[in-house]
Amino acid sequence: MKAPDFDYQSPETLEAALALLADADGMAEPLAGGQSLMPMMNFRLAAPETLVDLNGIPGLSGVAIEDSWVAIGATTRYCDLEDDKEVIEAVPLIAKVLPHIAHAAIRNRGTIGGSIALADPAAEMPAVLLALGGEVVLQSASARRTVKADDFFLGIYETVREPEELVVAVRLPKAKPHDRFGFHEIVRRHGDYAMAGCIVAADATLAGVRVAFFGVGDRPLRAERAEDALAGSDGGPAALHAAVAALSDLECDGDVSTSADTKRHLAGVALKRAFSELTA
Amino acid sequence: MKQTAQISLTVNGETVEADVPVRRNLVDFLRQDLGLTGSHVGCEHGVCGACTLEVDGRMVRGCLMLAVQANGANVTTVEGLADSGRSAALRQSFMARNALQCGFCTPGMLASAIEYIEAGGASDRNAIREHLSGNYCRCTGYQAIVDAVCDVIDGRVSA
Repeated sequence: MKAPDFDYQSPETLEAALALLADADGMAEPLAGGQSLMPMMNFRLAAPETLVDLNGIPGLSGVAIEDSWVAIGATTRYCDLEDDKEVIEAVPLIAKVLPHIAHAAIRNRGTIGGSIALADPAAEMPAVLLALGGEVVLQSASARRTVKADDFFLGIYETVREPEELVVAVRLPKAKPHDRFGFHEIVRRHGDYAMAGCIVAADATLAGVRVAFFGVGDRPLRAERAEDALAGSDGGPAALHAAVAALSDLECDGDVSTSADTKRHLAGVALKRAFSELTA
Repeated sequence: MKQTAQISLTVNGETVEADVPVRRNLVDFLRQDLGLTGSHVGCEHGVCGACTLEVDGRMVRGCLMLAVQANGANVTTVEGLADSGRSAALRQSFMARNALQCGFCTPGMLASAIEYIEAGGASDRNAIREHLSGNYCRCTGYQAIVDAVCDVIDGRVSA
């Protein structure tokens, strides 16, 4: 189908975009890459009165590498991250994950901020943010705040972002020497949404481990009990077995094709594979 | 509402100016307003890849971009890829390998495959399949399409 009618605004500055959102009383939707919003509008699942197109705002895209963080502008496209050697070096997990996000033509338009703001529970980038302990920078016409990944995602397509706020940047911590990352997703076809996916981030000695899942619940999920089972362990089969067993209270939800129990089983499979693939 | 917008863009090397409804997507604009019916409209939600076309040097989904967003852009459709010769070898290898039956997916397949080939992609069947994974073919199947892409990369086609 085609999108329902809407009013289209293409502000040239962040201030103008924020003013449009502030005046819209929640009836405006920011448009970034459009790779999820446009399908939702074509399906008539979304019918915003006003689209505020962010693509003409120059300062919203691009990457700033800081001492211990990488700040990625919200409208930075996946294809630009794939091509950015400095980002890949600072956040090597990105290079592992990006090829699995949809398809090349989607990555040529899709943006990191759009994915984070949409909070699709099966999307990879929210889980990257969670696994790395990143931050989201939100700005409205009147205030700016930074929210930790652990506090950002509330449920299906639901985050702490208020309608008049924009995700303006995503902040990811730079990898330290000898940090290791594992990523695995179980999909029916390359580029599809994952039935279950897992990201493991660990330091050299497994003293600190973070485990995040996507595609299994109503939002990207940390598995803190599994982290406890792996942290400080030798990383051997017994520790991994304990980590998988510790997924018993992971908040899995079934969908039309897969029960919650099957999701939990697949989460365990994804964890084992992601852990076995831990590399710098 | 029923808002329209004045846009100016380059399509296959020619400057185009038009007044478009803001809700019209790029591929509908190209097909209905400009008569460039080479790009096909399949699923209209970014899954099938039939509408793949080039905007400012990148292959994108024509159904997931609004025409108004292409204001100022340089757009190349499958017609433009043919006119400039960029798709010549690939079209020949598609014919030689029977890489199309009904042909509905072919414009998108050509566009995605050209992106892979021009980026220096290897003659590696798995890598080609990954790159084309966003393009559906519902009749001939994918073996012949991958064959055709490999033939071009390996220089087995002279166009």
